Amino acid sequence: MTSVAAPPPSSANSTRVSTLPVFDWWTALGVLGVLGAIVRIIFFTPIEAAQGAAQKIYYIHVPAALSAYLALIVCALTSIMYLWLREERADRMAESAGEVALLFTTTVLSTGPFWGKPIWGTWWTWDARLTLTLFLWFVTAAYLVLRGAVDDPTMRARYSAVLAVLAALLIPFIHLSVYLFRTLHPMPIVLKPSAPSLPREMLITFSISSIAFLFFCVMLMRSRYRLALLRQRTELAE
Amino acid sequence: MQGKAPGLWAAAWIVAQKDLAIELRTKSAFLSVVVFMLLGLVIFFFAWDSTAVSALDLAPGVLWVTFTFAGLLGLHRSFGVELQDRAFDGLLVAPIERESIYLGKAIANAIFVFAVLVIAIPAVALFYNLPLGRAILALGFVAGLAAFGLVAIGTLFSAMAVNTRMAELLLPMLSLPFFVPIVLASAQASTRLLAGRPFTEVLPWLKILIAFDIVFALACTVAFPHTLEE
Repeated sequence: MTSVAAPPPSSANSTRVSTLPVFDWWTALGVLGVLGAIVRIIFFTPIEAAQGAAQKIYYIHVPAALSAYLALIVCALTSIMYLWLREERADRMAESAGEVALLFTTTVLSTGPFWGKPIWGTWWTWDARLTLTLFLWFVTAAYLVLRGAVDDPTMRARYSAVLAVLAALLIPFIHLSVYLFRTLHPMPIVLKPSAPSLPREMLITFSISSIAFLFFCVMLMRSRYRLALLRQRTELAE
Repeated sequence: MQGKAPGLWAAAWIVAQKDLAIELRTKSAFLSVVVFMLLGLVIFFFAWDSTAVSALDLAPGVLWVTFTFAGLLGLHRSFGVELQDRAFDGLLVAPIERESIYLGKAIANAIFVFAVLVIAIPAVALFYNLPLGRAILALGFVAGLAAFGLVAIGTLFSAMAVNTRMAELLLPMLSLPFFVPIVLASAQASTRLLAGRPFTEVLPWLKILIAFDIVFALACTVAFPHTLEE
């Protein structure tokens, strides 16, 4: 496990910060969980009758989307917290969540076409949820580019928090307008008001995969947050 | 001279007048944005096969996409002019509310983009041979709603982008995802208006535009002071 080599501590708080490892057993557990879920998806889950093997992408595609939503929600909430409390830690958490969100939205967008091609007959279509995810990706990328383009840490924190809050307001508008435009996506089969319409074994795989992905997502945000603390510590030491 | 500090809207109007006076004296931004807009309309026409896609289907999309890009050029200048001689510091120390600066800039930008639209809409009708006729008033209303939302978002992002290392690139990168509901809704509404479709088909898109304008005008006014130095 990677431990942080600490520069001479200047305060009690920084000593605590510097000893936190970026990667630890919890991170390893997160990676193992996702690997375990993938093994179950490939070898221990029945092949769907109508869609064939391509349907197995579902067990990665949807959990990745849930993880992306989780990271985006964390990013928006910690941004609101920053604007309210001006607490640096909230900004670092928002930054960490933003990067993790980009990773998972990229996963959703890159697994989607491989499912879309055999089932819809096309790699890409301007369907409502697809378009929304694409724009979430654009906004998240813009968020990270903005963070990289501002040198002053306080200004960077304020700008990015404002963008994250406005982006959270934007999502319903994009969703509504692209939905009115057209949609092709299947309606939710698990996360819906009535009982899930997925066979039991598939539902178990989906649940395992979702829990594994969400846990992995939290662990990634945790590691990235610790890395941000470490960076700040190094900057202060310089 | 001891004077009373102006109220929120009075101060906003003073800021707007200052920006409009600069623009009226230089005319540089308006002329370049109008020429850019006209060029966009013309180039788009040649990018499509006019025998395959009718001008009536093409024109609203072209109008709104070109207008969005042209608007970005004008919006970038809004806070760009304040960089010279640190003019923005003068605004910050003025005895006015921070929200007034945003509202003033937004009013000046709104007048600017409306002026661009006054030229752009007849130009698109001319180049694409559109039957404006009865639709002109409704189209003007859609244009007003779209311009309002564009200015609300663009003014805030212009204030942010101007202080970053790559302002010219960052402003479109930040703004365009936010312009999507505006472009989509106004293009869909104008297509239906020009085709003489019933008003019930236009209404959902107008509702989106109105809701967008209200939400983002309020959110950006509240958010703006957070983007300024304490």
